[in-house]
This record gives sequence, C-alpha cells and structure tokens, in this order.
Amino acid sequence: MHQPHDQVRPSIYYRYQVFDAWLPSRHSKTQKHQVVIAGAGPIGLVAALELARHGVASVVLESERQVSEGSRAIVFTRRSMEILQQVGVADRITQNGLPWRFGNSFYRGQRVFRMEAPFDDNDRFFPMINLQQQYLEEYLLDACRATGLIDLRWGNKLASVSQDATGARLEIDTPEGPYTLQADWLVAADGARSGIRSAMDLKLEGNSYEGRFVIADIRVDLPLPTERLAFFDPDWNRGNTVLMHREPRSIWRVDYQLPEGETPEQALAPESLRQRIDAQLAMIGHAGTPWEMDWCSVYSARALTLPDYVHGRVLFTGDAAHLLPIFGVRGANTGFQDAQGLAWRLALVAQGLAPAALLESYSTERVGAAREIIDEAGKSTRFMTPPTQGFRLLRDAVLSLSLTQPFVGPLYHWRTSRPHEYRASPLNCAGDDNALFAAGPGHGAPPANVQLGPDDYLLDHIDHAFTLLYFSAEKAVSEALLAVAHAARQQGVPFSILAIGSSETVHGADQTLADTGSAVRLRYGVRAAGAAYLLRPDQHVCARWMTLDAERLQAALQTATMTTPTPSGVHA
Amino acid sequence: MTHAISNALDVAGLENVYDALATAIDRAGEGKSELFLVKLALLNAHALGDPQQMRAHIDAALQDL
Repeated sequence: MHQPHDQVRPSIYYRYQVFDAWLPSRHSKTQKHQVVIAGAGPIGLVAALELARHGVASVVLESERQVSEGSRAIVFTRRSMEILQQVGVADRITQNGLPWRFGNSFYRGQRVFRMEAPFDDNDRFFPMINLQQQYLEEYLLDACRATGLIDLRWGNKLASVSQDATGARLEIDTPEGPYTLQADWLVAADGARSGIRSAMDLKLEGNSYEGRFVIADIRVDLPLPTERLAFFDPDWNRGNTVLMHREPRSIWRVDYQLPEGETPEQALAPESLRQRIDAQLAMIGHAGTPWEMDWCSVYSARALTLPDYVHGRVLFTGDAAHLLPIFGVRGANTGFQDAQGLAWRLALVAQGLAPAALLESYSTERVGAAREIIDEAGKSTRFMTPPTQGFRLLRDAVLSLSLTQPFVGPLYHWRTSRPHEYRASPLNCAGDDNALFAAGPGHGAPPANVQLGPDDYLLDHIDHAFTLLYFSAEKAVSEALLAVAHAARQQGVPFSILAIGSSETVHGADQTLADTGSAVRLRYGVRAAGAAYLLRPDQHVCARWMTLDAERLQAALQTATMTTPTPSGVHA
Repeated sequence: MTHAISNALDVAGLENVYDALATAIDRAGEGKSELFLVKLALLNAHALGDPQQMRAHIDAALQDL
C-alpha cells in the first residue's frame, strides 16, 4: 500500500499544503480515460493544461500529496514564459518572479566576462525570470482546477504499466490499496527518475560527467542585483566552479562543485555546508552576514536522452525523456517545449482528427532538440567540470588568459536554453515560399514577438489554434480561404485567421491587427500584401507564402496534421 | 587569406624565438610550464585566426613525440 509523506514539508519561505489523497473507493469502479499523465510536476501540468485548451480531459497521477520539495527549477526563459502565458500563468510569474538578463563570470576576484542577453521593445518577457518551482506548480495547479477538465489524483503512485495496440493498463497504488485504470494514452512526465522508463527498460543515450554539484538555498540579505554570478577556481574550492542566483523572498541559490572524491553525504553534512557557504559569502565581500538554510541537494551533470519518446501508447516528456545539465537552464525550459509540442498533437490524435503517426513527429522534433542541447551542453560542461587533464589544462589556460585577454571571454558563456527550430520537421510544408523570404521566422521556427502597443504584443493574440497570420490589403478574406478555414473547423481542427495590416476590421478574419508602424510586416519579412504565415498550435511556423491561395493553405494544413484529402474535401 | 603567403621566420628570427621560449619555460617553472605553453598556443591561435591551420600545427606537433 502506497503511503505518501503526509507531513507538511519544511520550508522557511514556502507554505506547503498537503492535499487529500484520491481514493478509489470513493469513485467509479470503471476507470477508463483518454489521456492519463503520470507526474504533476511543471511538465505534466503544462501538458494537462495544453490538452485542456484543446478540450481534451486528462487524469494526472501524482504519488506525493504536495508540490515539489525545494526550489528545484528556478530560472525560466522567455520562450518558457511565452508557453506559460498560453496556459495562463505568466502574469503570476511576472508579478512574483525576478527578471534578469546579465551574467557575470569571476576569476581571482576580477570580473572576466559579462553576458548580456538581448532584450528589445518587441519582447514582452525578459530573457530569464527567477521563481521557485513550488510557486510555479501552485500557479499551474490553480490553472488546472479552473479548467474543469483535469482530474488531479494526489497520493496515486503508478505501480505498473502494460499496453497493447489500443491502450495502456495502469496499476495504481493508493493509501487504501491498488486499483486499475485503462488509458488510451499515457504521458510519462514522471521526472528524472521515471519509474515508467525503468519499468519499460528503456535506456538513455549520451554522457554522464564526473562533476557533482551541491545546490543549497539560503535566506540571506545581499545588496546585489538579480544577475547570475559564476566563480571559477575560487580560493575555497580550488579548481571547481561556484554559481549564485537570486530567488524571490530573499533566497539565494548557491551551487558549488564537490571536491573530487567527496560523497554526497559528506557534502551535505551541516558543518561542511556551513563552512563552504560562509567561505563563499566571505569571498563576495559579505563575510559574517547571517544566513539560514532552506533546502539542499546534490546533482550530477548528465546529458542523456531516450532515442525515441513515443513507445506505443506511452509518450515520454520532460526529464522522463531526457536528463540535461542544468548549466544553461535546460531542464524545465526544455520540458515546457516538449509538453507544448506533445499536447496539441496528442489532442488531435485522441480526438481522431489526425493519425497516430503525427506523434512520431513529436519524437523526431524533440529528440533532435535534446541531441542539439546535449551537444551544446557538452561544451559548457567540459568547461565547468573538465573531464580529462587536457580539458583541465585548456580551461585553466583560459581562466589565466581571461585576466588580460578579452578574446577568451566568450568561452565563459555557456549557451543558455533557447527555443528550437524544427527545420527538418515532416510537418513543414514542402510547396510553400519559405526559401523566398529574406527575413522572419522560417520553417519550424518559433514565432517572433512584436510589440503592437502599450502592454499589447502579437503573441497575446495567438491561442491554441492553427493560426494564419494573413498580411492582406483586402477588406475581406477570400471565400476560398474561408472555405478552407471552415472545413478545418468543421472537422474539429482549431483554426484562426489573424489579419494584419488593415486599420478596418477585415471581414472573415477572427481578429484584425492594424500594424500601423509595419512592425509585424518588417519582423516577418513581408514586402507585399497577400503574404501569410501558418503557425501550428505550438506557434512554430509550418508554412509561409509570399502570396497565399486556398489550395496551398489546404495542402499546408494537411501536411501539418498528417491528414490526406478526403473526397468530400473543401474542393468538392 | 591565402595560405600561399609565407610568414616563415628567417634563421635569426627562429633563433630568437628559440631562446625566448626556452627562457620563458624556465621562468614559468616546473608544474607551470604546461599551463604557460597552452596559454601561448591559444594566443598564437588567436593571432593566426585560422582553425584549420592550427589543427595542422597540432597534428605536426603530435608527430614523433
């Protein structure tokens, strides 16, 4: 019998709430559901919320009875915020988080590199914002409740999975014993130690690195701005690296590498933590400042991915699908893109609007993204935790040179998480004008945001539908284009037309944006009226045209949903 | 930039570098000479501005160790 921890987790700043366990005796004996999500972490919850936007209900299983212990993922990127805006929690994160865009690298007391992440008027969100994961989960849980479509089952531990061609059979353990649940689809969002991944005996591919890091969250008042601080080879931890991040509520994340040969137990011993944190505060000129520990943990730098995220009826996402080094904030920020990429496809497939093959494109795109990240992360990891004598020598040579030679500075900048461009996606339209555009987001790229007015941005106007950005000078959308839109909606595929560039409402469009300063046209490389972009429900571009016509729109929609024309199609 | 243009040292120049390097390695001292040489290689690579040529030098230097 599963007995989840029922005591409120300790924290000096976050008030945990223990939720009632979901008990099978109080519910229907027959448990058959379209979509079951294992794991109520940020990725599982974003997947559930995205599905709900498409009208697909889900059951979310969570073995614990409260949100995550400790701050865990604390840095969210602009693209994550754009995704979180879609599921309705970005405002609360903005209200409570700490935005930032500068990173500083120090060696021998000297700042040897300053990273400045770009930020311009067209961005609604900062490049990064810091907020403890517990708050994010709380906001997501509130949003889940508001949908009425998400059945969150606290204290429900997935014990075993078996599947056939039609679905998965889940054995679930609860505080009053087990029950069985039948699911058409199981989303494995059960984290880095995914029980589903182990039970299915799936192997991750990639590299594990030697370096292990302590993460400690302390409450301390430091008169410092919200910027990332990285210290290389500090006197108190020779040869290793120390990172600091500011979190809301006067909490600071101190992140330092363990000396070689030290065990996690030794590193987490209170005396060891005290000495090292005191030494770090002394090094930054705040010796003796009182501080209090909230939470600490040890992690190792790994760069691993499953080679395939789709296994029959089981779909892997987030850390269950890959383990990525946290340098460059690649954990949760990669996971949000996974969840977003998975959910719209699963919604279409579960509703019978697209073939199951559409899910394969989720795997292709996101495994490709993970492999790119692993490649990039390998570079920063080799700098942070040199794996061999050669890498150590080079790193030390760069540290030494950086005091007088600025040309090596950029080597301090580990590339941070960024949205991926699915240039080779099978969902990209083959017969469009992609290659003719000199600017704007190309095939598979995420959309570019544009400021339209005070507190008004292009992405605010885009929802979960396929969205046609239609740059038209006409007073009305043509009958032929409207027929394509109508046919898609009739089938159940969400489709929306956003007319851009007219001061008067364009008839037939769902929204009209005047674009008086031509900012949208410029950013999207549009030179003449009649051009259009088709965005998938995850907002990535799947087609763009210099001049759009109904036939080409229809073809792009079929490619993006992997559906073939039916005899009773729009041209009938 | 073309590789045909030769910036090769004349004998006097080579002798000059020979002595300067040897003296600097001694000055860096045991335990620091490797670090010194890697720093020097990176500075030279930066000045060379050509990763292909640098790789050729790396391969040449790896021979007959």
